Amino acid sequence: MRGSIHASATSSRSAALLEPAASVTRVELSRLLRSGSGRAGLLLLCGLLAGTVLASRIAPADPFASVGRALSPPTLAHPMGTDDLGRDLLAGVAHGTRTSLVVALTVTLLAAAIGIPLGAIAAWRGRLVDDALMRVTEFIQVVPRFFLAVMVIALFGPGLDRLIVLLGFTSWPVIARVARAEVLSLKEREFAEAARALGARPLRILFRVLLPNALPAVVVVASLNAATAILLEAGLSFLGLGDPDVVSLGYLANNAQGFLRVAWWMAAFPGAAIAAAVLGLNLLGDGVNDALNPRGPSGGHDGTQDIAQGGGTWQSS
Amino acid sequence: MPSRYLLRRLLLVPPTVAALLVLSFCVIHLAPGDPVVALGGEHGDAAHYAFIRARFGLDRPLPDQLVTYVTNVLRGDLGVSFVHGRPVASIIADRLPATLLLVSTALLLSSVAGVGLAALVTRLRRPSADLTLNLAALLGYATPSFWLGQLVLLALAVGTGLFPVQGMTDARRSSTGISHLVDVLHHLALPALVLAANELALTFRLVRTGLREALETDYVRTARAKGMPEQVVIRHALRNVLLPVATVIGSRAGMLFSGAVLVEVVFAWPGLGRLLLSSLLARDYPVLLGMVLLASGGVVLANVITDLVYAWLDPRVRYQ
Repeated sequence: MRGSIHASATSSRSAALLEPAASVTRVELSRLLRSGSGRAGLLLLCGLLAGTVLASRIAPADPFASVGRALSPPTLAHPMGTDDLGRDLLAGVAHGTRTSLVVALTVTLLAAAIGIPLGAIAAWRGRLVDDALMRVTEFIQVVPRFFLAVMVIALFGPGLDRLIVLLGFTSWPVIARVARAEVLSLKEREFAEAARALGARPLRILFRVLLPNALPAVVVVASLNAATAILLEAGLSFLGLGDPDVVSLGYLANNAQGFLRVAWWMAAFPGAAIAAAVLGLNLLGDGVNDALNPRGPSGGHDGTQDIAQGGGTWQSS
Repeated sequence: MPSRYLLRRLLLVPPTVAALLVLSFCVIHLAPGDPVVALGGEHGDAAHYAFIRARFGLDRPLPDQLVTYVTNVLRGDLGVSFVHGRPVASIIADRLPATLLLVSTALLLSSVAGVGLAALVTRLRRPSADLTLNLAALLGYATPSFWLGQLVLLALAVGTGLFPVQGMTDARRSSTGISHLVDVLHHLALPALVLAANELALTFRLVRTGLREALETDYVRTARAKGMPEQVVIRHALRNVLLPVATVIGSRAGMLFSGAVLVEVVFAWPGLGRLLLSSLLARDYPVLLGMVLLASGGVVLANVITDLVYAWLDPRVRYQ
């Protein structure tokens, strides 16, 4: 794309225009690494990620295979105990966490792929386009995701693929609203004007100049969105709506419900893994937010105003 | 009093409800599997299939069916349950009060305690208390409600026997009047607390952050300079902070409702959650659809109420 700019003089100068974006991100990254919550979140997520990547190394047992005595409390051989069918719980939790993280990542990527362009175009075109896109966004925001997912899975049968598509297609509104708010404020800034003055095409300004600068704020809501996706998937599998071919933390927790009195470990570990993943993503979101707004303790870009607009910290439904 | 803002918000309600109806209609009709086969068996003859199609109006064009469906739903006719053989609306109406009791108690608990704790921590200005509550809020927000429910059950109900493990009333003795109320409240305590935990953490965080920012504003500095007691200062700041918080709480209606379903399953609370679970197992589509519509309607209604509360709290909205 960068090479396609016509005159070489413009090209080098508009390449320089992209500099602020790059350096801003670098500064923010170092701020993120210095903020307490950012570091804690990254640490937690890296730990979980390592655990799931090495799942087959840590817990070589097949999570669906019966490998020991049923309902055995945590021992050296089975650090998290076994369930009612003698399946190793550590293997279940490791593989289940992998499922959770895959859902979080794919749902968020899908939501971002829809939300970012929609929000950016709404802000960029304004007027009717903005109005129409924002009405659609508001509509999707009131669709109760959890119940729609219950309905769709009941009718279409369980499966991780349709769950991801459904959650992705219903969780983009918050991302779209933040992308819109960012582009709206960025497009009036000097560097956007400079790009316009240099004769850069509108779409190029939007996608190469404005969006890179809007991205950090989007990352904040996207990480919170990923956390919500994990909770939704866990809740659905807890109701027995998960993919029967994939181990899921919600399924393990559901299984534990019948053995609460006799096997505390069956309930304790899967839930803790869910909480750890959600906590990690929330902390990461907080950390990025802190890095973006070094002044405020936390809170959205414009403090509480942003929350009211539906784009702020921790808002998800 | 109705400002243009409010009017605009209210005007958006009918199209939203209509779109939700069409969406649910599409979900049903896009689903694989012919309902005729489900009703008439896999090996029925063509004449029998045609009879069923005519009987349920499935032979009519889709737009016609959509119109019938929408008018039926708007009249409160959600169809008849496959399993119970009773109208869906009456089945749901039987279960709704228990869920509403749980949800409203949790909402009240989380709002009052969240705002109260945040104001207290701001007033105390003790870093240790601040840190502890902030960490608790972070954990509380990350904990899935069903897991918290299981932990609480393990610790309090099974462990100490102080609280009943499940249900809404004691099955061993029937009670009336005050003792019945006490019985229900005793059963309600744990599920309501568990359901409130997430919202409590969120409310606390929002109010805490808002107060911290508000205390650095000019009007607070002026109030302090005039020698206003700290309590009054915080009360003034709260008024401004609570506006956006009310919006967030209102926008979480769907989340609270789905949380209630999960908590009900853990505590065997006889509300919509249990109904949802049993309808899922029996593939009772009319009941499931009725619940999706109810949840959607609830979320839309919660948004409207939020707008009204917002306008009531903030005179600026009224005079716009």
